[in-house]
Formats: sequence, structure tokens, C-alpha cells
Amino acid sequence: MDTLLGIDYPTWWFLIVGGLFSGYAILDGFDFGAGAWHMFFRKNTSRETALKAIDPTWHCNEVWLVIGGGTLFAGFPVFYGTLFSAMYTPFILFLLFIIFRGISIKFRNMEDMLWWRRMWDWSYSISSIMLAFLLGVVLGNILNGMPLDNNYEYVGRGFFDFLNPFSILVGVTSLALFMMHGAIYLLLKTEGKLYDRIQGFLRKGMAFFIISYIVTTAYGLIYLDHLLVVFEENKVLFIVALLVFLSIANVPRLASKKQYGWAFIFTSITIALLLVVVAFELYPRLLLSNPEIQNSITIYNAAASIKTLKIMMGFVAVGGPLVLLYSYFVYRTFWGKVKLDQQGY
Amino acid sequence: MDVEILSRIQFAFTVAFHYIYPPLSIGIGLIMVVFESMYLRSKKKKYEVLAKFWTKIFAITFGVGVVTGIVMEFEFGTNWATYSRYVGDIFGSALAAEGIFAFALESSALGVLLFGWNRVKPWVHLVATWAVFLGSMFSVVWIVVANSWQQTPAGYHIVGEGMQARAEIVDFWAMVFNPSSVDRLTHVWLGAFLAGTFLILSVHAYYILKGRYVVLSKKAFKITLVVAAICSLAQLFTGHQSAEGVSENQPAKLAAMEGHFEASAPADLYLFGWVDKENQKVTGLKLTGGLSFMLYQDLDEEVTGLNTFPEEDRPSQINAIFQFYHIMVAIGMFLIALSLFALWQWKRGKLFEKKWLLWTFVFTALLPQIANQFGWFTAEMGRQPWVVYGLLRTSDALSKSVQANQVLFSLILFFIVYLVLFLLFVYLMNKKIQNGPNSDIDFDDGSLNKQIAKVVSK
Ligand code: HDD
Ligand code: HEM
Ligand code: HEM
Repeated sequence: MDTLLGIDYPTWWFLIVGGLFSGYAILDGFDFGAGAWHMFFRKNTSRETALKAIDPTWHCNEVWLVIGGGTLFAGFPVFYGTLFSAMYTPFILFLLFIIFRGISIKFRNMEDMLWWRRMWDWSYSISSIMLAFLLGVVLGNILNGMPLDNNYEYVGRGFFDFLNPFSILVGVTSLALFMMHGAIYLLLKTEGKLYDRIQGFLRKGMAFFIISYIVTTAYGLIYLDHLLVVFEENKVLFIVALLVFLSIANVPRLASKKQYGWAFIFTSITIALLLVVVAFELYPRLLLSNPEIQNSITIYNAAASIKTLKIMMGFVAVGGPLVLLYSYFVYRTFWGKVKLDQQGY
Repeated sequence: MDVEILSRIQFAFTVAFHYIYPPLSIGIGLIMVVFESMYLRSKKKKYEVLAKFWTKIFAITFGVGVVTGIVMEFEFGTNWATYSRYVGDIFGSALAAEGIFAFALESSALGVLLFGWNRVKPWVHLVATWAVFLGSMFSVVWIVVANSWQQTPAGYHIVGEGMQARAEIVDFWAMVFNPSSVDRLTHVWLGAFLAGTFLILSVHAYYILKGRYVVLSKKAFKITLVVAAICSLAQLFTGHQSAEGVSENQPAKLAAMEGHFEASAPADLYLFGWVDKENQKVTGLKLTGGLSFMLYQDLDEEVTGLNTFPEEDRPSQINAIFQFYHIMVAIGMFLIALSLFALWQWKRGKLFEKKWLLWTFVFTALLPQIANQFGWFTAEMGRQPWVVYGLLRTSDALSKSVQANQVLFSLILFFIVYLVLFLLFVYLMNKKIQNGPNSDIDFDDGSLNKQIAKVVSK
């Protein structure tokens, strides 16, 4: 098989798609987190400030989802079809909440009526919470594996298949993780009383995350044997797990010193490392067929043709730096604490 | 109802709804670029006011466009899993290219466009406006290329069999420049420009009629009218190119568009009509031999008819396709006539004197929208029963593991949510338009005295 720098193309592509989704989780993760805290703010000005903190950039973050989706579709069409149709209900719900999140941010400040703002505040907050949760649920299902037939079609049935104890736990954990991450982002963008309040939120967020993380990990290790098997086979995972532990532990330490810039970097690293663990758990599989293991979808039987993968690598090589450049420019333009008096459009 | 029909309704509904907004954003974006460039060159306040006003409207159309777009990307996987596996190699790369090259540019620059007036230098802001506009133009490129490949596949080969058959790229550029890409891309671009420019004409005609922002609106109306006239004329040309392409590559579709049944015979061109599928007859006003003439410049040249194709390879909704197509063409002709007439009145100095003409412009904003929708309906329904023309049937393209009740559930949800979204859109657009550019300075010479009075009385 063709290789580049000794790594075959499907593996490259696995890394690229993984990288894009990590980027998405880190970037839109703090938007979701900020949204999840939204209803905890009491005053209208606090809510406005919190919204303003993400308003100019959330859209630019969401594009990572669009690109991630496109590259997943292009790189692993078989996986794309199977996963999305198997997870029909959560994906449709995800779409609806993506819609509500977007229009809530856009429409909230277009009218002055109290009920109007209240309505969008609720819709924004609930959507953010659900988006964070659903992303985790889908991830939980991927880790769990699902029954597939020899055409790689999902053979489970029913509306609520996607809900099982493990996927719910992963969902809650990802919500908690994003809430911690989002609170830190808000701390970077606010000052004064609001800043003080959010410090309180952050403490709760960290506790919430650490508890749900421990519970989920314990449950996974006890009930999901195949996850454990990978651990035993691949010793590198222990090192990664140790890094995850260190980077999580670093967050409260930095927070207590009010070094929120660094804390933000470490929540981002935590998100990335957790996804690295997932990647190690899966590789070279993308979707474990459970119970009939021979029907599993791997990066090899799911990949597009090598030619397409090569073309797409070219796209990424040219486009990737451009995307980073645009993002850098936008974040630089809107750097610093939010000032409410500055009018947008 | 079965999964297939529900999924088709859902896809058509969501994509058609999406397609209300992107054309507006693209068309308004074009004029925004014009206004802002003029502002930077002349430093005249009126262009700044216009640019800012239309940016506000743009923000709404763009917002709804974005949130409804992601839906279809996901739907390919959720509802059309077999299709996704089949075309992923080709279609997926177009979609990914769209994200990387177009949406990223568009949405990053959007932040600066909407919130950056006070944060960046004017020329940087102009660059951002250009970037948003160009980004939206690029995003059309890839999605239309992907769709055109479905209509006229090229540059691929098929590997695997049965459920595991897939199309793979052999020649990337042949895939991109498949036989219908260029014609359709230009046609879609122009359709978007028309949707945007006619909305702008409509709003400014309304202001003139109501005696608000009159001087400002006259200026804006004239600039936009020139663009609209050029685009309507060009649209006839690209539409004709498309029709020739269809006759070559998808003869069954062309036959359905004109209700031409006989296997092979000179064909008539109908101005309007009604197709009776049972009796294979069209009643209406026709130009005998017109279609033959259009395609081959020869009244007697034979055109392939529907009966050449076995029943299972023809589109089934002949009359609907016929009507959609004819309404689109009629609208195109009307737009040409209207904009040329307006230009002529302008030349005579009477453009803003005829109330009925201005009222006509107020309502014409809806027509390009209808033409855009019906154009897609023609193209997509005419492609049936194939998802990928000649290769993959719609009925085989489904997700095997999804059940009817799931799709029904999502369809109802989309329906409710989109209804709410649409009402909100109309409400907010109306409000922004009623509020107007909201500038302290009204550029109406006549009201100069009033303004002075206002300032003095303060
Ligand atoms: C004529 C052009 C056109 C056509 C045929 C379509 N779109 Fe679209 N779409 C756009 C033109 C556009 C746009 C103008 O570029 C938008 C509107 C707002 C935006 O960000 O880009 C957009 C938004 C948009 C987004 C959101 C991007 C973002 O978050 O920035 C996605 C994922 C899609 N579209 C996907 C699709 C799919 C899968 C389509 C086909 C079935 C489709 N669009 C038809
Ligand atoms: C944005 C404007 C578009 C509109 C208004 C539109 C309209 C439609 C309609 C009306 C149908 C249903 C046809 C039927 O069931 O008889 C349909 C189906 C479909 N279209 Fe489009 N379409 C658009 C763009 C696209 C694009 C850009 C693509 C892909 C690149 C696409 C791919 C499909 C697919 C996969 C289906 C479902 C399967 C099928 O029925 O063929 N469409 N579309
Ligand atoms: C002026 C006369 C016009 C002619 C002769 C014409 C012709 C055509 C033809 C033949 C198609 C089908 C192409 C295919 O299936 O591959 C088409 C599609 C389409 N038309 Fe038109 N058209 C005209 C006017 C318009 C106008 C005024 C608009 C919108 C403002 C419009 C918007 C569209 C769209 C969005 C499509 C679907 C995309 C595509 O397939 O290209 N058309 N047109």
C-alpha cells in the first residue's frame, strides 16, 4: 500500500479527521460551555456580555464541524453512511439544536421585549447543553460498538437505541468538560462582578467534571471489556492516560492561581488528549461491530480510494493553513475583554 | 408512507428551504461590495449608510442560510447512507473542499463584517466584505459541481458489486468539469444575483413610494437596476446553454420539460400548456417545431422523446416538471422585459414617476425566488428515477437501517421548526425594512429645512 513518510493514507486520514474533530471540540466546546452557564446569569447585562464574548467567533468555530463532516464523508464514506444512519435520532436532534443555538444568538438582541430575550436565552442555553450532551452520546456509542451486518449496515432498531448507560455517562462528561472549558473562556472575556461570579461557576464546573469523569471511566473499565483489552495490548495508552490525568489536575491548580490563560490551554489539551485516548481505543477500527466482530468498520474497508485521499491531502495542505490564518485574524481582531457599549451591526 | 418517500420529502423540503436564503445572501453580498467600494472611493456618507443598511439585512439572511445548510450535509449520511457510500469518494471531496476553501473564509470574515466597523481600518473592512462575498460564490462552486456530477457523471469508475458498489475518481478535473458543471454554475450564480438585486430594488422602490429616504433610494435603485438588467439578460443565455446540455446528456429530462412523448420526431416549443400523461398529449400554445429549432436551428430535426425510454427509466411527474420549467422561463423573460423597460424609462427621465412601475418592482422580489426553486425542482425531478443519473436509483440510495417512524418524526420536527424560522425571518426582515437605514441624515434635499428645524429645536 502507498505510504507517505511511512504512514499509509487511510491512517493519515484518520489523523486528519481526528485532528479536525478535536479542533471542533476545543473551539465550539467553549461556546457550548458558555451557553450552558447562560441561565445562571441573572442580570440582562451579564447575559449580554456573555453572549458578546462568543458572538463574533462562534460561527467561525462551527465551520470546523462542517469541514470535519466533509472530510469524514470524503475520507470514510462507509463509516459516514453507517454511523449517521445508525445514530439517526441523535443526529437529527443535534441539527435542530444547532439551528436553535445559531438563531438564538443572532435574534436575541434584535428586539427589546423582555419575553423575547427570555425566550432566546432559554433556547440558547438549552441548545448548548443538549449539543454538548449529544456529541458525548454519539462518542459513547462509537466506543461501545454496535451491531452491524456484513454490508456494514446497522441492524439495531428503534428510536432510543442510542441511549444506554455508557453513552449517557459520556454525554454528561462531555457536558461537564465543556462547562469547565466555557467558564474559563468567559473568565478571559469578562471583568468586575461578573468575573467574580464566573470564578464560582468554574469551581462547580471543575467538581462536576472530575466526578463525572471518574464515574464514566470506572463504568467503562468495568462493563466495556473491549476497551480494557486495548489498554492491555497497547502500553502507550498508559502514558497517554497519565498525561490526561496530569493535564486535568493542572486545571484546578492554575485556576486557584487565577492563571486562566494557561488554564484554558490545559482544558484544551485535556479535550485533545481524551480524544487521543479514543483514537488509540479505536485504531484501526472506526466502528466496532458488536457482537459480530468481523463486520467491524475499519479505516481500510471504509476509506475512499487512495487517489481521492491524496487529492484531499492536497486540499488540506493548502486549505488548512488558510483556515488557521483566518481564525487567527478573527480572534486577534476581537481579542480582549468584552465592552458592552461597542455596537455591532 | 415508506422510508423512501418520506426521506425524499424531507430532503426536498430542507434543501428547498435552505435555498431561500443563500441566493439572497449572495445577491445582497454583491451589491454590498459595490456600495462599500464606492464609499471607500468617494468617502460619501450616503454609500456608507447604504452599505451598513444592507449589511443588517444580510446578517439575517446569512444567519438563516447557515443554520439550515448543515442539515443537508448530515442528511446525506442519516437518510441516504447507501448513496453516501456510493458517491463519497467524489461527492465527499467536493463537500470537504467547500468547507475548507469557502465556508471557512466566509464565516471568519463574517465576524469582521458584522462587528468590525469600529475595530479595523476601513480598507480591512472592505476586504472582509469582499471575502464574505467571494466565499459565498466559492461555496456555490463545489456544491453545484457535486450536484452536476450526479446529473452528468464523468471522470469516475465503478468498483465493487451490489451493495458494495462505489464510484471512485479516476480523473479529478474531468469530475469537476463534468459536462453540466459550467452551464449550471453560471446559471445558479446569476439566479442568486437576481434574487438579491430584485430584493434591493423592491425595498428601495417601496421607500420611494412611501416618500422615505427618497434621494438615497433613487441612487441605490439606479445602481442596482444596472446590475439586475445585465444579470437577467445573461440568465437567458446560460439557461439556453443548460437546455442544450440537458438535451445532449439527459434526453429524458428534456423530453419531460417540454412534454415530448414520441420516440423521435420534430418537437414543438410550448409557451404554456398542460400535460396529459395518460394520453401523451399536451394542450397549450405552441410554436410548431420550436424546440427542434432551439436546439438544432432546424425546424425538422428530430428530438428524442420519452417513449424511447423504458417506463422505469423515465421521470414520473411529467406535468409538474413541465410546469416548473415553463414558469421559470416565463419569469426569466418577465425580468428581462421589466428591467429593460425600467432602463428605458430612466433614459427618458421618467423612471421614478410611474407609480405602477415602482409597485411592480416591489412585488417582483418574489419572482426570482420562485424561479430559483422551480429551476431546482425541474433539475432534480427531471433526474428521477436516478440519484446518480444512469448509475444509482433513488430507491436504492436509502439508509437501510432507518425506519419510517423515525423519518416521519424528523420530518414533522423540521416542518415545525422551519415554519417558526420562516415566520421569524419575515417578521425581522419586515422590521428592519420598516426601520430603514436609520440614519440621522436624510439625504432628501426637500427635507433639508425640516432637518435644520429638528436640529434647531433640539
Ligand atoms: C447556490 C448555492 C448553494 C446551494 C445549491 C446550496 N448551498 Fe448551502 N450554502 C450556500 C450556498 C448554497 C452559501 C451561500 O454559501 C451559505 C449560506 C450561508 C453560508 O454560510 O453559506 C450556505 C450554507 C451552507 C452550510 C453552512 C456553512 C457554515 O456553517 O458556514 C452548509 C453545511 C451547506 N450550505 C451545505 C449545503 C448542502 C449540503 C447543499 C446541497 C444539498 C447546499 N448547501 C446547497
Ligand atoms: C439547493 C437547491 C436544491 C433544491 C431546491 C433541490 C430540490 C430537490 C428536490 C425537489 C428533490 C426531490 C426530487 C424528487 O423527489 O422528485 C431533491 C432531491 C435530491 N437532491 Fe436536490 N435540490 C437542490 C440542490 C441539491 C444539491 C446541491 C444536491 C447535491 C449535491 C442535491 C441532491 C439531491 C439528493 C441526494 C436528493 C434526494 C434523492 C432524490 O430524490 O434524488 N440537491 N432535490
Ligand atoms: C430565462 C430563461 C431561462 C431558461 C431558458 C432556463 C433554463 C434552465 C434549464 C434548462 C435548467 C435545467 C438544467 C439542468 O437540469 O441541468 C434550469 C435550471 C435552473 N434554473 Fe433556469 N432558466 C431560465 C431562467 C431562470 C431564472 C430567471 C432563474 C432564477 C432567478 C433560474 C434559476 C434556475 C435554477 C436555480 C436552476 C437549477 C440549477 C441548475 O440545474 O442549473 N432560471 N434552467
